[in-house]
Amino acid sequence: MSDTPIINIQGLSKSFATKSGDQLQALDDINLSIRPRSFTCIVGPSGCGKSTILRIASGLEKASLGQVLYKGDPVVKPGADIGLVFQEYSLFPWLSVLDNVAAGPEFAGVDKQTRHRDALGFLNMVNMAEFKDAFPHELSGGMRQRVAIARALANEPDVLFMDEPFGALDAHTRILLQQELLSLWEMTHKTVVLVTHSVDEAVFLADEIVIMSARPGRIQDVLTVDMSRPRTRADKAFGELSEFLLHSLSPDRV
Amino acid sequence: MKFFSFAVPLLAPVLLVLCWIWMAARIANQVILPPMDQVLYILAHPFEDLISMGSLTSNLLVSLVRVLLGYASAVAIAIPLGVIMGYYGMVFKAFNGFLNLFRPIPPLAWVPLVMAWFGISSLATMTGVETGQWYVYLNNIKFSMLFIIFVGAFYPILTATIHGVRSVNATLLDSARVLGAGQSQIFRKILIPAAMPAIITGMRIGLGIAWMCLVSAEMLPGSLSGIGYMITHAFTLASTDIVIAGMISIGCVGALMDMVFRRVEKQKFSWQRQTNS
Ligand SMILES: Nc1ncnc2c1ncn2[C@@H]1O[C@H](COP(=O)(O)OP(=O)(O)OP(=O)(O)O)[C@@H](O)[C@H]1O
Ligand SMILES: [Mg+2]
Repeated sequence: MSDTPIINIQGLSKSFATKSGDQLQALDDINLSIRPRSFTCIVGPSGCGKSTILRIASGLEKASLGQVLYKGDPVVKPGADIGLVFQEYSLFPWLSVLDNVAAGPEFAGVDKQTRHRDALGFLNMVNMAEFKDAFPHELSGGMRQRVAIARALANEPDVLFMDEPFGALDAHTRILLQQELLSLWEMTHKTVVLVTHSVDEAVFLADEIVIMSARPGRIQDVLTVDMSRPRTRADKAFGELSEFLLHSLSPDRV
Repeated sequence: MKFFSFAVPLLAPVLLVLCWIWMAARIANQVILPPMDQVLYILAHPFEDLISMGSLTSNLLVSLVRVLLGYASAVAIAIPLGVIMGYYGMVFKAFNGFLNLFRPIPPLAWVPLVMAWFGISSLATMTGVETGQWYVYLNNIKFSMLFIIFVGAFYPILTATIHGVRSVNATLLDSARVLGAGQSQIFRKILIPAAMPAIITGMRIGLGIAWMCLVSAEMLPGSLSGIGYMITHAFTLASTDIVIAGMISIGCVGALMDMVFRRVEKQKFSWQRQTNS
Protein backbone atom coordinates (compact mmCIF):
# COMPACT_ATOMS: atom_id res chain seq x y z
CA MET A 1 0.00 0.00 0.00
CA SER A 2 2.70 2.45 0.97
CA ASP A 3 4.24 2.01 -2.44
CA THR A 4 1.23 3.35 -4.31
CA PRO A 5 2.23 6.92 -5.02
CA ILE A 6 0.01 9.59 -3.47
CA ILE A 7 1.04 12.10 -6.13
CA ASN A 8 1.78 10.97 -9.62
CA ILE A 9 3.02 13.44 -12.21
CA GLN A 10 2.69 12.02 -15.71
CA GLY A 11 4.16 13.55 -18.83
CA LEU A 12 3.65 17.06 -17.52
CA SER A 13 4.54 19.91 -19.86
CA LYS A 14 3.74 23.57 -19.55
CA SER A 15 4.31 26.44 -21.89
CA PHE A 16 3.47 30.08 -21.32
CA ALA A 17 2.69 32.68 -23.92
CA THR A 18 5.29 35.43 -23.59
CA LYS A 19 4.69 39.11 -24.24
CA SER A 20 6.34 38.91 -27.65
CA GLY A 21 3.87 36.23 -28.65
CA ASP A 22 6.26 33.26 -28.52
CA GLN A 23 5.71 30.17 -26.44
CA LEU A 24 8.01 29.67 -23.51
CA GLN A 25 8.45 26.03 -22.62
CA ALA A 26 8.65 26.08 -18.83
CA LEU A 27 8.27 22.34 -18.21
CA ASP A 28 9.02 19.50 -20.57
CA ASP A 29 7.74 15.99 -19.92
CA ILE A 30 8.01 15.80 -16.15
CA ASN A 31 7.39 12.37 -14.64
CA LEU A 32 7.56 11.93 -10.91
CA SER A 33 5.83 9.87 -8.30
CA ILE A 34 5.72 10.72 -4.65
CA ARG A 35 5.25 8.14 -1.92
CA PRO A 36 2.81 8.83 0.88
CA ARG A 37 4.44 10.34 3.98
CA SER A 38 7.70 10.93 2.20
CA PHE A 39 9.68 14.14 2.23
CA THR A 40 10.74 15.24 -1.23
CA CYS A 41 12.87 18.26 -2.08
CA ILE A 42 13.08 19.77 -5.54
CA VAL A 43 16.23 21.70 -6.36
CA GLY A 44 17.22 23.38 -9.58
CA PRO A 45 18.36 26.65 -11.13
CA SER A 46 16.12 29.68 -11.10
CA GLY A 47 13.47 29.54 -13.79
CA CYS A 48 13.56 25.78 -14.27
CA GLY A 49 9.89 25.51 -13.38
CA LYS A 50 9.90 24.37 -9.76
CA SER A 51 7.12 26.73 -8.74
CA THR A 52 5.18 25.87 -11.86
CA ILE A 53 5.18 22.18 -10.91
CA LEU A 54 3.77 22.98 -7.48
CA ARG A 55 1.21 25.39 -8.91
CA ILE A 56 -0.06 22.82 -11.38
CA ALA A 57 0.00 20.01 -8.84
CA SER A 58 -2.02 22.10 -6.40
CA GLY A 59 -4.56 23.01 -9.05
CA LEU A 60 -3.73 26.70 -9.34
CA GLU A 61 -2.56 26.37 -12.90
CA LYS A 62 -3.48 24.13 -15.83
CA ALA A 63 -1.04 21.75 -17.49
CA SER A 64 -0.40 22.17 -21.22
CA LEU A 65 0.15 18.44 -21.58
CA GLY A 66 0.05 15.52 -19.20
CA GLN A 67 -1.52 15.45 -15.78
CA VAL A 68 -1.01 15.27 -12.06
CA LEU A 69 -2.83 12.53 -10.17
CA TYR A 70 -3.66 12.72 -6.51
CA LYS A 71 -4.55 9.24 -5.23
CA GLY A 72 -5.28 8.29 -8.80
CA ASP A 73 -7.55 11.23 -9.65
CA PRO A 74 -6.45 14.16 -11.80
CA VAL A 75 -6.01 17.46 -9.94
CA VAL A 76 -8.08 20.08 -11.75
CA LYS A 77 -8.67 22.70 -9.10
CA PRO A 78 -7.37 23.58 -5.65
CA GLY A 79 -8.74 21.40 -2.91
CA ALA A 80 -8.44 20.84 0.81
CA ASP A 81 -6.33 17.67 0.36
CA ILE A 82 -3.37 19.61 -0.94
CA GLY A 83 -1.84 22.58 0.88
CA LEU A 84 0.66 25.07 -0.45
CA VAL A 85 2.98 27.33 1.54
CA PHE A 86 4.54 30.28 -0.28
CA GLN A 87 7.86 31.99 0.25
CA GLU A 88 6.36 35.14 1.77
CA TYR A 89 3.57 37.72 1.64
CA SER A 90 0.92 35.05 1.90
CA LEU A 91 -0.72 35.86 5.25
CA PHE A 92 -3.87 37.98 5.08
CA PRO A 93 -2.63 41.24 6.57
CA TRP A 94 -6.05 42.38 7.83
CA LEU A 95 -6.63 39.21 9.86
CA SER A 96 -5.13 38.34 13.21
CA VAL A 97 -2.78 35.38 13.42
CA LEU A 98 -5.58 33.23 14.81
CA ASP A 99 -8.00 34.19 12.02
CA ASN A 100 -5.31 33.58 9.44
CA VAL A 101 -4.82 30.05 10.69
CA ALA A 102 -8.58 29.56 10.82
CA ALA A 103 -9.06 30.83 7.25
CA GLY A 104 -9.28 27.43 5.54
CA PRO A 105 -11.94 26.11 7.92
CA GLU A 106 -13.77 29.43 7.58
CA PHE A 107 -13.94 29.01 3.81
CA ALA A 108 -15.27 25.51 4.46
CA GLY A 109 -18.00 26.90 6.71
CA VAL A 110 -16.77 25.68 10.10
CA ASP A 111 -18.31 27.71 12.93
CA LYS A 112 -16.22 30.33 14.63
CA GLN A 113 -15.78 28.67 17.99
CA THR A 114 -14.64 25.36 16.55
CA ARG A 115 -12.28 26.85 14.02
CA HIS A 116 -10.69 29.16 16.58
CA ARG A 117 -10.20 26.30 18.99
CA ASP A 118 -8.61 24.13 16.29
CA ALA A 119 -6.50 27.01 15.01
CA LEU A 120 -5.10 27.54 18.48
CA GLY A 121 -4.04 23.90 18.52
CA PHE A 122 -2.11 24.35 15.28
CA LEU A 123 -0.57 27.57 16.54
CA ASN A 124 0.64 25.60 19.54
CA MET A 125 2.28 23.13 17.21
CA VAL A 126 4.40 25.89 15.69
CA ASN A 127 4.97 27.60 19.07
CA MET A 128 3.04 30.69 18.06
CA ALA A 129 0.04 30.46 20.38
CA GLU A 130 1.05 33.50 22.38
CA PHE A 131 0.88 35.61 19.22
CA LYS A 132 -2.64 34.58 18.30
CA ASP A 133 -3.98 38.14 18.52
CA ALA A 134 -1.07 39.76 16.71
CA PHE A 135 -1.28 40.90 13.12
CA PRO A 136 1.10 39.70 10.42
CA HIS A 137 2.93 43.03 10.16
CA GLU A 138 3.88 42.73 13.81
CA LEU A 139 5.72 39.44 13.28
CA SER A 140 9.23 38.63 12.13
CA GLY A 141 9.78 36.75 8.88
CA GLY A 142 10.34 33.45 10.69
CA MET A 143 7.18 33.89 12.76
CA ARG A 144 5.15 34.62 9.65
CA GLN A 145 6.34 31.41 8.03
CA ARG A 146 5.44 29.48 11.18
CA VAL A 147 1.96 30.93 10.95
CA ALA A 148 1.76 30.16 7.24
CA ILE A 149 2.67 26.55 7.97
CA ALA A 150 0.09 26.35 10.76
CA ARG A 151 -2.51 27.79 8.41
CA ALA A 152 -1.76 25.16 5.78
CA LEU A 153 -1.88 22.39 8.39
CA ALA A 154 -5.15 23.67 9.84
CA ASN A 155 -6.82 22.70 6.59
CA GLU A 156 -5.73 19.12 7.35
CA PRO A 157 -4.29 18.36 3.90
CA ASP A 158 -2.68 15.03 3.10
CA VAL A 159 -0.01 16.65 1.00
CA LEU A 160 1.88 19.81 1.84
CA PHE A 161 3.65 21.64 -0.97
CA MET A 162 6.13 24.29 0.06
CA ASP A 163 7.64 26.76 -2.39
CA GLU A 164 10.92 28.00 -0.90
CA PRO A 165 9.20 28.49 2.45
CA PHE A 166 12.40 29.56 4.19
CA GLY A 167 13.96 31.36 1.23
CA ALA A 168 13.54 34.81 2.71
CA LEU A 169 14.88 33.97 6.17
CA ASP A 170 18.29 34.46 7.69
CA ALA A 171 20.51 31.40 8.01
CA HIS A 172 19.93 30.88 11.71
CA THR A 173 16.14 31.12 11.61
CA ARG A 174 16.19 28.93 8.59
CA ILE A 175 17.94 26.07 10.33
CA LEU A 176 15.59 26.43 13.28
CA LEU A 177 12.54 26.21 11.07
CA GLN A 178 13.94 23.24 9.16
CA GLN A 179 14.16 21.34 12.44
CA GLU A 180 10.69 22.38 13.45
CA LEU A 181 9.33 21.35 10.06
CA LEU A 182 10.91 17.92 10.37
CA SER A 183 9.33 17.30 13.74
CA LEU A 184 5.96 18.52 12.43
CA TRP A 185 6.31 16.17 9.51
CA GLU A 186 7.12 13.25 11.79
CA MET A 187 4.23 14.16 14.07
CA THR A 188 1.54 14.72 11.42
CA HIS A 189 2.51 12.09 8.81
CA LYS A 190 2.01 14.49 5.94
CA THR A 191 3.53 14.01 2.52
CA VAL A 192 5.80 17.02 1.99
CA VAL A 193 7.20 18.35 -1.28
CA LEU A 194 9.51 21.29 -0.71
CA VAL A 195 11.16 23.46 -3.35
CA THR A 196 14.44 25.01 -2.35
CA HIS A 197 17.46 26.77 -3.76
CA SER A 198 19.56 25.49 -0.93
CA VAL A 199 21.39 22.22 -1.44
CA ASP A 200 22.10 22.13 2.27
CA GLU A 201 18.40 22.39 3.06
CA ALA A 202 17.55 19.56 0.67
CA VAL A 203 20.16 17.24 2.13
CA PHE A 204 19.06 18.06 5.67
CA LEU A 205 15.38 17.45 5.02
CA ALA A 206 14.70 15.10 2.17
CA ASP A 207 14.10 11.40 1.68
CA GLU A 208 14.28 12.06 -2.01
CA ILE A 209 15.91 14.91 -3.91
CA VAL A 210 14.70 15.82 -7.39
CA ILE A 211 17.31 17.71 -9.40
CA MET A 212 16.01 19.81 -12.25
CA SER A 213 17.66 21.57 -15.16
CA ALA A 214 16.41 24.64 -16.96
CA ARG A 215 15.37 25.70 -20.43
CA PRO A 216 13.26 23.72 -20.79
CA GLY A 217 12.57 22.53 -17.25
CA ARG A 218 13.34 18.83 -17.00
CA ILE A 219 14.08 16.35 -14.28
CA GLN A 220 17.76 15.63 -14.44
CA ASP A 221 18.08 13.17 -11.61
CA VAL A 222 16.29 11.79 -8.57
CA LEU A 223 18.42 10.86 -5.57
CA THR A 224 17.40 8.84 -2.56
CA VAL A 225 18.94 10.08 0.66
CA ASP A 226 19.43 7.22 3.06
CA MET A 227 21.04 9.06 5.92
CA SER A 228 19.20 8.52 9.18
CA ARG A 229 17.63 11.42 11.03
CA PRO A 230 18.46 13.59 12.85
CA ARG A 231 21.14 14.51 10.36
CA THR A 232 24.04 16.68 11.28
CA ARG A 233 25.88 18.89 8.89
CA ALA A 234 29.17 17.71 10.37
CA ASP A 235 28.53 14.25 9.00
CA LYS A 236 30.84 13.12 6.22
CA ALA A 237 28.02 11.70 4.11
CA PHE A 238 26.17 15.02 4.45
CA GLY A 239 29.11 16.90 3.00
CA GLU A 240 29.64 14.44 0.20
CA LEU A 241 26.04 14.51 -0.89
CA SER A 242 25.97 18.30 -0.77
CA GLU A 243 29.11 18.41 -2.84
CA PHE A 244 27.65 16.01 -5.37
CA LEU A 245 24.45 18.06 -5.65
CA LEU A 246 26.33 21.32 -6.06
CA HIS A 247 28.32 19.72 -8.80
CA SER A 248 25.19 18.43 -10.55
CA LEU A 249 23.65 21.88 -10.41
CA SER A 250 26.65 23.88 -11.60
CA PRO A 251 25.86 25.36 -14.99
CA ASP A 252 29.19 24.50 -16.61
CA ARG A 253 28.74 20.78 -16.00
CA VAL A 254 28.95 18.92 -19.30
CA MET B 1 9.29 72.90 22.35
CA LYS B 2 5.91 71.63 23.45
CA PHE B 3 4.53 75.13 23.44
CA PHE B 4 5.75 75.69 19.90
CA SER B 5 4.29 72.52 18.46
CA PHE B 6 1.02 73.62 19.97
CA ALA B 7 1.27 77.21 18.80
CA VAL B 8 2.54 76.72 15.24
CA PRO B 9 -0.73 75.38 13.76
CA LEU B 10 -2.58 78.31 15.39
CA LEU B 11 -0.36 80.92 13.79
CA ALA B 12 -2.15 81.20 10.44
CA PRO B 13 -5.71 81.34 11.85
CA VAL B 14 -4.73 83.97 14.40
CA LEU B 15 -3.12 86.09 11.69
CA LEU B 16 -6.23 85.74 9.55
CA VAL B 17 -8.48 86.82 12.41
CA LEU B 18 -6.26 89.83 13.18
CA CYS B 19 -6.29 90.82 9.49
CA TRP B 20 -10.03 90.47 9.39
CA ILE B 21 -10.61 92.66 12.45
CA TRP B 22 -8.21 95.28 11.16
CA MET B 23 -9.55 95.25 7.56
CA ALA B 24 -13.18 95.28 8.64
CA ALA B 25 -12.54 98.30 10.79
CA ARG B 26 -10.77 100.11 7.94
CA ILE B 27 -13.25 99.21 5.20
CA ALA B 28 -16.25 99.90 7.41
CA ASN B 29 -18.63 98.48 4.81
CA GLN B 30 -20.37 95.36 5.98
CA VAL B 31 -21.32 94.29 2.45
CA ILE B 32 -17.67 93.96 1.53
CA LEU B 33 -16.41 92.68 4.86
CA PRO B 34 -18.67 92.52 7.89
CA PRO B 35 -17.12 92.79 11.34
CA MET B 36 -16.16 89.46 12.78
CA ASP B 37 -18.47 89.59 15.78
CA GLN B 38 -21.46 89.86 13.43
CA VAL B 39 -20.47 86.55 11.78
CA LEU B 40 -19.66 84.99 15.12
CA TYR B 41 -23.11 85.97 16.35
CA ILE B 42 -24.73 84.02 13.51
CA LEU B 43 -22.52 81.02 14.18
CA ALA B 44 -23.27 81.18 17.88
CA HIS B 45 -27.03 81.15 17.27
CA PRO B 46 -27.34 78.39 14.71
CA PHE B 47 -31.03 77.78 15.37
CA GLU B 48 -32.20 81.33 14.72
CA ASP B 49 -34.09 82.04 11.52
CA LEU B 50 -31.99 84.02 9.05
CA ILE B 51 -33.87 86.48 6.82
CA SER B 52 -36.71 83.95 6.56
CA MET B 53 -34.58 81.27 4.89
CA GLY B 54 -34.62 78.96 7.87
CA SER B 55 -31.82 78.59 10.39
CA LEU B 56 -28.20 77.77 9.71
CA THR B 57 -28.67 74.33 11.24
CA SER B 58 -31.77 73.42 9.28
CA ASN B 59 -30.10 74.44 6.02
CA LEU B 60 -26.98 72.49 6.90
CA LEU B 61 -29.10 69.45 7.71
CA VAL B 62 -30.93 69.61 4.39
CA SER B 63 -27.59 69.85 2.60
CA LEU B 64 -26.19 66.94 4.57
CA VAL B 65 -29.13 64.72 3.72
CA ARG B 66 -28.74 65.56 0.02
CA VAL B 67 -25.03 64.90 0.03
CA LEU B 68 -25.40 61.65 1.89
CA LEU B 69 -28.08 60.40 -0.50
CA GLY B 70 -26.15 61.31 -3.65
CA TYR B 71 -22.96 60.02 -2.10
CA ALA B 72 -24.52 56.76 -0.94
CA SER B 73 -25.73 56.00 -4.44
CA ALA B 74 -22.27 56.77 -5.81
CA VAL B 75 -20.72 54.41 -3.23
CA ALA B 76 -23.30 51.73 -3.97
CA ILE B 77 -22.49 51.74 -7.68
CA ALA B 78 -18.81 52.67 -7.80
CA ILE B 79 -17.53 50.06 -5.34
CA PRO B 80 -19.09 46.93 -6.90
CA LEU B 81 -18.29 48.21 -10.39
CA GLY B 82 -14.74 49.02 -9.34
CA VAL B 83 -14.21 45.61 -7.76
CA ILE B 84 -15.43 43.85 -10.90
CA MET B 85 -13.46 46.12 -13.22
CA GLY B 86 -10.37 45.68 -11.12
CA TYR B 87 -10.64 41.91 -11.09
CA TYR B 88 -11.82 41.06 -14.60
CA GLY B 89 -9.54 42.51 -17.26
CA MET B 90 -12.26 42.15 -19.89
CA VAL B 91 -14.79 44.18 -17.91
CA PHE B 92 -12.14 46.83 -17.36
CA LYS B 93 -11.49 47.03 -21.08
CA ALA B 94 -15.19 47.14 -21.82
CA PHE B 95 -15.96 50.06 -19.50
CA ASN B 96 -12.78 52.00 -18.93
CA GLY B 97 -12.59 53.92 -22.20
CA PHE B 98 -16.25 54.76 -22.01
CA LEU B 99 -16.10 55.93 -18.41
CA ASN B 100 -12.97 57.97 -19.08
CA LEU B 101 -14.87 60.01 -21.66
CA PHE B 102 -17.03 61.39 -18.88
CA ARG B 103 -14.39 61.70 -16.22
CA PRO B 104 -13.00 65.10 -17.37
CA ILE B 105 -16.45 66.72 -17.42
CA PRO B 106 -16.78 68.87 -14.30
CA PRO B 107 -19.92 67.98 -12.36
CA LEU B 108 -21.19 71.54 -12.83
CA ALA B 109 -21.11 71.15 -16.62
CA TRP B 110 -23.85 68.55 -16.26
CA VAL B 111 -26.30 71.13 -14.92
CA PRO B 112 -28.08 72.15 -18.14
CA LEU B 113 -28.50 68.58 -19.34
CA VAL B 114 -29.55 67.34 -15.95
CA MET B 115 -32.11 70.14 -15.68
CA ALA B 116 -33.49 69.12 -19.05
CA TRP B 117 -33.81 65.53 -17.88
CA PHE B 118 -35.04 65.88 -14.36
CA GLY B 119 -36.28 69.47 -14.18
CA ILE B 120 -37.46 70.08 -10.66
CA SER B 121 -38.67 66.56 -10.04
CA SER B 122 -37.76 65.28 -6.62
CA LEU B 123 -38.17 62.31 -4.34
CA ALA B 124 -41.65 63.67 -3.69
CA THR B 125 -42.48 63.30 -7.37
CA MET B 126 -41.16 59.77 -7.35
CA THR B 127 -42.95 58.65 -4.21
CA GLY B 128 -46.16 60.45 -5.15
CA VAL B 129 -46.37 62.38 -1.90
CA GLU B 130 -48.04 65.70 -2.69
CA THR B 131 -48.94 67.33 0.57
CA GLY B 132 -47.99 67.55 4.21
CA GLN B 133 -44.75 67.71 6.12
CA TRP B 134 -43.25 64.78 4.20
CA TYR B 135 -43.81 66.61 0.93
CA VAL B 136 -41.68 69.46 2.19
CA TYR B 137 -38.86 67.10 3.11
CA LEU B 138 -39.00 64.94 0.01
CA ASN B 139 -39.43 67.84 -2.38
CA ASN B 140 -36.16 69.23 -1.09
CA ILE B 141 -34.29 66.24 -2.52
CA LYS B 142 -34.14 67.03 -6.23
CA PHE B 143 -32.88 64.38 -8.62
CA SER B 144 -30.79 66.92 -10.47
CA MET B 145 -28.94 67.72 -7.26
CA LEU B 146 -28.43 64.08 -6.41
CA PHE B 147 -27.11 63.46 -9.88
CA ILE B 148 -24.48 66.15 -9.66
CA ILE B 149 -23.35 64.97 -6.25
CA PHE B 150 -23.31 61.43 -7.60
CA VAL B 151 -21.09 62.35 -10.55
CA GLY B 152 -18.71 64.22 -8.27
CA ALA B 153 -18.26 61.33 -5.86
CA PHE B 154 -18.40 58.50 -8.38
CA TYR B 155 -15.04 58.80 -10.13
CA PRO B 156 -12.70 59.07 -7.16
CA ILE B 157 -14.36 56.06 -5.55
CA LEU B 158 -14.31 54.04 -8.76
CA THR B 159 -10.70 54.82 -9.55
CA ALA B 160 -9.53 54.05 -6.03
CA THR B 161 -11.46 50.78 -5.95
CA ILE B 162 -10.08 49.60 -9.28
CA HIS B 163 -6.58 50.52 -8.22
CA GLY B 164 -7.04 48.86 -4.82
CA VAL B 165 -8.29 45.59 -6.31
CA ARG B 166 -5.62 45.54 -8.99
CA SER B 167 -2.83 45.92 -6.52
CA VAL B 168 -3.95 43.04 -4.33
CA ASN B 169 -0.98 40.72 -4.06
CA ALA B 170 -1.51 37.67 -6.28
CA THR B 171 -0.06 35.42 -3.59
CA LEU B 172 -2.96 36.33 -1.30
CA LEU B 173 -5.45 35.20 -3.94
CA ASP B 174 -3.52 32.00 -4.59
CA SER B 175 -3.29 31.30 -0.86
CA ALA B 176 -7.02 31.72 -0.47
CA ARG B 177 -7.75 29.43 -3.42
CA VAL B 178 -5.45 26.74 -2.10
CA LEU B 179 -7.18 27.03 1.27
CA GLY B 180 -10.44 26.29 -0.49
CA ALA B 181 -12.03 29.70 -1.08
CA GLY B 182 -14.74 29.77 -3.74
CA GLN B 183 -15.13 32.64 -6.15
CA SER B 184 -17.61 34.57 -4.04
CA GLN B 185 -15.42 34.11 -0.98
CA ILE B 186 -12.48 35.44 -2.97
CA PHE B 187 -14.49 38.61 -3.57
CA ARG B 188 -16.00 39.00 -0.13
CA LYS B 189 -13.20 37.78 2.08
CA ILE B 190 -10.06 38.60 0.14
CA LEU B 191 -10.42 41.22 -2.58
CA ILE B 192 -12.65 43.64 -0.72
CA PRO B 193 -10.79 43.58 2.62
CA ALA B 194 -7.44 43.74 0.84
CA ALA B 195 -8.56 46.69 -1.25
CA MET B 196 -10.38 48.37 1.63
CA PRO B 197 -7.67 50.89 2.55
CA ALA B 198 -7.64 52.16 -1.04
CA ILE B 199 -11.43 52.13 -1.18
CA ILE B 200 -11.71 54.14 2.04
CA THR B 201 -9.27 56.71 0.71
CA GLY B 202 -11.36 56.98 -2.46
CA MET B 203 -14.50 57.33 -0.36
CA ARG B 204 -12.91 60.11 1.65
CA ILE B 205 -11.89 62.04 -1.46
CA GLY B 206 -15.28 61.35 -3.02
CA LEU B 207 -17.12 62.71 -0.01
CA GLY B 208 -15.02 65.87 -0.09
CA ILE B 209 -15.87 66.40 -3.75
CA ALA B 210 -19.52 65.56 -3.19
CA TRP B 211 -19.69 68.19 -0.49
CA MET B 212 -18.11 70.74 -2.84
CA CYS B 213 -20.49 69.83 -5.66
CA LEU B 214 -23.35 70.47 -3.32
CA VAL B 215 -23.07 74.24 -3.39
CA SER B 216 -23.31 74.29 -7.16
CA ALA B 217 -26.16 71.81 -7.05
CA GLU B 218 -28.02 73.98 -4.60
CA MET B 219 -27.76 76.94 -6.93
CA LEU B 220 -30.00 75.08 -9.34
CA PRO B 221 -33.46 76.57 -9.87
CA GLY B 222 -36.13 75.05 -7.69
CA SER B 223 -33.85 74.83 -4.68
CA LEU B 224 -35.37 76.65 -1.74
CA SER B 225 -33.12 75.44 1.03
CA GLY B 226 -29.71 74.15 1.80
CA ILE B 227 -26.48 75.83 2.74
CA GLY B 228 -25.57 76.61 -0.88
CA TYR B 229 -28.95 78.20 -1.47
CA MET B 230 -28.57 80.14 1.75
CA ILE B 231 -25.26 81.58 0.63
CA THR B 232 -26.40 82.62 -2.84
CA HIS B 233 -29.64 84.02 -1.54
CA ALA B 234 -27.88 85.94 1.22
CA PHE B 235 -25.57 87.32 -1.44
CA THR B 236 -28.48 88.73 -3.45
CA LEU B 237 -29.68 90.40 -0.25
CA ALA B 238 -26.19 91.77 0.38
CA SER B 239 -25.96 89.92 3.70
CA THR B 240 -22.28 89.17 3.50
CA ASP B 241 -22.21 88.14 7.15
CA ILE B 242 -24.52 85.22 6.37
CA VAL B 243 -22.43 84.35 3.32
CA ILE B 244 -19.31 84.12 5.43
CA ALA B 245 -21.04 82.22 8.24
CA GLY B 246 -22.33 79.77 5.65
CA MET B 247 -18.88 79.33 4.14
CA ILE B 248 -17.37 78.72 7.56
CA SER B 249 -19.97 76.05 8.33
CA ILE B 250 -19.34 74.37 4.97
CA GLY B 251 -15.66 74.26 5.79
CA CYS B 252 -16.23 72.91 9.27
CA VAL B 253 -18.65 70.19 8.21
CA GLY B 254 -16.32 69.13 5.38
CA ALA B 255 -13.32 69.02 7.69
CA LEU B 256 -15.30 67.07 10.26
CA MET B 257 -16.34 64.42 7.74
CA ASP B 258 -12.77 64.15 6.54
CA MET B 259 -11.57 63.74 10.10
CA VAL B 260 -13.98 60.88 10.73
CA PHE B 261 -12.65 59.08 7.67
CA ARG B 262 -9.05 59.67 8.64
CA ARG B 263 -9.73 58.26 12.04
CA VAL B 264 -11.25 55.12 10.53
CA GLU B 265 -8.27 54.81 8.19
CA LYS B 266 -5.86 55.07 11.06
CA GLN B 267 -7.64 52.70 13.43
CA LYS B 268 -8.82 49.98 11.10
CA PHE B 269 -5.99 49.88 8.66
CA SER B 270 -2.89 49.98 10.75
CA TRP B 271 -1.88 46.72 9.02
CA GLN B 272 -1.53 48.67 5.84
CA ARG B 273 1.65 50.35 7.05
CA GLN B 274 3.42 47.24 5.96
CA THR B 275 1.17 46.25 3.14
CA ASN B 276 3.06 43.27 1.93
CA SER B 277 3.10 41.12 5.02
N1 LIG C 1 2.36 33.12 -15.45
C1 LIG C 1 3.45 33.04 -16.23
N2 LIG C 1 3.47 33.62 -17.44
C2 LIG C 1 4.57 33.53 -18.23
N3 LIG C 1 5.68 32.89 -17.90
C3 LIG C 1 5.72 32.29 -16.70
C4 LIG C 1 4.62 32.33 -15.80
N4 LIG C 1 4.95 31.65 -14.69
C5 LIG C 1 6.20 31.20 -14.88
N5 LIG C 1 6.68 31.58 -16.09
C6 LIG C 1 7.98 31.23 -16.64
O1 LIG C 1 8.18 29.86 -16.51
C7 LIG C 1 9.51 29.56 -16.12
C8 LIG C 1 9.50 28.76 -14.86
O2 LIG C 1 9.03 29.58 -13.80
P1 LIG C 1 8.98 29.10 -12.29
O3 LIG C 1 8.49 30.24 -11.49
O4 LIG C 1 8.25 27.83 -12.20
O5 LIG C 1 10.52 28.85 -12.00
P2 LIG C 1 11.21 28.46 -10.61
O6 LIG C 1 12.01 27.25 -10.86
O7 LIG C 1 10.22 28.43 -9.53
O8 LIG C 1 12.18 29.69 -10.43
P3 LIG C 1 12.69 30.34 -9.06
O9 LIG C 1 13.69 29.39 -8.51
O10 LIG C 1 13.31 31.60 -9.49
O11 LIG C 1 11.50 30.50 -8.20
C9 LIG C 1 10.22 30.89 -15.99
O12 LIG C 1 10.97 31.11 -17.16
C10 LIG C 1 9.11 31.88 -15.89
O13 LIG C 1 9.50 33.10 -16.48
MG1 LIG D 1 9.83 29.61 -7.82
